[in-house]
Amino acid sequence: MAMKIGEKPFFDRVDDALENDFMRNAMASAQDRLRDKKLDATERDDEIGDWEEWRSAGEEIRRHTLENLDYYLDQLSENFAAKGGHVYFAKTAEDANRYIQEVARKKDAKHVTKSKSMVTEEIGLNEALEDVGCHVHETDLAEYILQVDDTDRPSHIVVPSLHKNKEQIRDTFKSKAGYTGTEEPSELTAFARSQLRDVFLEADIGITGCNFAVAESGSISLATNEGNANMVTSYPDTQITVMGMERLVPTWDELDVLINLLSRSAVGQKITTYVTNLTPGVEEDCVDAPKEFHLVILDAGRSNALGTEFQSALHCIRCAACVNVCPVYRQIGGHAYGSIYQGPIGAVLSPILGGYEEYGELPYASSLCAACTEACPVKIPLHEQLIRHRENYVAEQGKPKAGEKLSMKAFGIGASTPSLFQIAVKGAPTFLKPFVKDGSISNGPGPMKPWTAIREFPAPGKDNFRSWFKEHKRGRK
Amino acid sequence: MAKGTIHNKDVFLNEIAGKLGRERRKDVTLPRWQHQPQWEVYKNDSPDDLLAIFRQSSQAKDAHVVETDRANLAETLQKVVDAYGGESIVATNDDRFAAYGLNDVLDTNHTHRWDTALGAENIEKANAANIGIFFGDIGLAESGTIVQFNDKDIARSVSLLPITYIAIVPKSSIVPRMTQAAHEVHKQVEAGKDIATCINFISGPSNSADIEMDIVVGVHGPVKAVYLVVE
Ligand code: SF4
Repeated sequence: MAMKIGEKPFFDRVDDALENDFMRNAMASAQDRLRDKKLDATERDDEIGDWEEWRSAGEEIRRHTLENLDYYLDQLSENFAAKGGHVYFAKTAEDANRYIQEVARKKDAKHVTKSKSMVTEEIGLNEALEDVGCHVHETDLAEYILQVDDTDRPSHIVVPSLHKNKEQIRDTFKSKAGYTGTEEPSELTAFARSQLRDVFLEADIGITGCNFAVAESGSISLATNEGNANMVTSYPDTQITVMGMERLVPTWDELDVLINLLSRSAVGQKITTYVTNLTPGVEEDCVDAPKEFHLVILDAGRSNALGTEFQSALHCIRCAACVNVCPVYRQIGGHAYGSIYQGPIGAVLSPILGGYEEYGELPYASSLCAACTEACPVKIPLHEQLIRHRENYVAEQGKPKAGEKLSMKAFGIGASTPSLFQIAVKGAPTFLKPFVKDGSISNGPGPMKPWTAIREFPAPGKDNFRSWFKEHKRGRK
Repeated sequence: MAKGTIHNKDVFLNEIAGKLGRERRKDVTLPRWQHQPQWEVYKNDSPDDLLAIFRQSSQAKDAHVVETDRANLAETLQKVVDAYGGESIVATNDDRFAAYGLNDVLDTNHTHRWDTALGAENIEKANAANIGIFFGDIGLAESGTIVQFNDKDIARSVSLLPITYIAIVPKSSIVPRMTQAAHEVHKQVEAGKDIATCINFISGPSNSADIEMDIVVGVHGPVKAVYLVVE
């Protein structure tokens, strides 16, 4: 399981996705709503001043933190342990899972509650815990829906169940969980509430991800809406938090800026309903706090990006703003990426974490329209990194096999089914236009040329993308 | 709590430093940030302005705002309790209830006051309660948020488990936004103080938009929220 989704090759998954009109319409409408909400809370919100200033503030903080990552992780771990917490630095997913299994064994844990966390999904923690006899309960509504549906996989990093509509959710709840109500979201939600309330109070271990850790005080910050993270971290005797090693800020002052960027960019809220900040050091007689607090700090390939042109990919705060504007994601949906990290950030991050062999084709899932870069609240140059990845991929694979086959397929010349490239072309900058006819390249340069061309051209202006988006919003295609 | 443990730190951090092409850094000074838009927001607003903003943003988050002054606080609290169905009530163990003259109201309504000596019974009471009552430590105007510094007496469960929570918010505690509250915590850390083990920023009732982006109020936490602002 873990980070990888499905076994089919990338382009086959894309073709599958393109044939699924239902899913594509769902993606398109969800994307529109998320994108609109974000714009209302960022560029269009005059109260907070110039959004560009905020983006620059975010970029500046993330850059400094990553440049001094060893220092701040040192500080974080010392402060966390000074207050009685336990810190485990895990080089690999297996290391992290082994440590957590060990804690579960020692506690003789049977029931584990979890709040939403992509990083535990990345390392396949649920399976690892089930291997040692734990029953893992996902409690975030979206993750709960996926779990009830025989552990379906996430299709979006903020709303993992985005590919499902309410009728499907109703049917899943009916057939798998004994639900008898309608497809009304309020009724479906009430059902999840009633199913989970006692589970929360009786669990042995609570597991969370981490939006940001604060180095100066050894604190963990969780941004949520449902109240489930508070449940997960208040009642079990043991809390385990798993964080990607890059997810920290120096002090509470920077936490403020990043929570603001995350809340506004991810869900269009001024602040998420809960921002829960936890620091070890409970008083012994405290009734509703864990007695034991573990922090697992995970590398799992992240350090591959350090000191390289991809270092800024680690600045990511997982808001999915780039996903919500991506014309390719809109067409192929989340599962086609074959990774739990989708969209532009998924295409940048997955090869860093999992290698080119497995994820080297993902950077081709982009029209290089630069909408992602423009949307990113911490100004990661996503489309430039996609180009760097393509260069590396071609150079590394070198042989005609990968290079040729890929480019032929990718450019879809003469292809009978709609290909990824045709989508890419639709959203592509105007400089490709002379070569494009009926959505494919008819009399352009040879297959490899367009990439060369794209590499040499500056990033296209946003107007191009905006007009594309508008057109497609109308057609919902 | 006794000091905890740290595993694998040096190997892990040495590798990071290596990848960054340098030795481990033992001393880093935080730069003076070039961009600090957060301090500009509502910078010159008066307490009345901030209250007006707070009122508006709270309502946008489905929290019901009730305003009163100290003289009428007890009576207003009783009215709010009645309006939300009274019955079973829990409250934090907080001296401010006495200081604000609220002990009588709590007692007449048979309120369960959090008491660590009773152990898990507190949680059962909170879980069965219709209403939870607590004091907000800081209010954030921009987002209609209540900040709560939780500890063993100011228990987290009071704002989390009951159907409705009532947060009593002194008007004087309302600041422009999260910036001021986070900076307050930062100052505590700098002064070498132990910060609260749970610092909760709560904005209205719990909610979710995970099903077709439709906002549903009341997921795992409270379904209704009332902010009782005291002049
Ligand atoms: S890359 Fe930027 S826009 Fe995309 S998820 Fe990360 S922070 Fe958000």
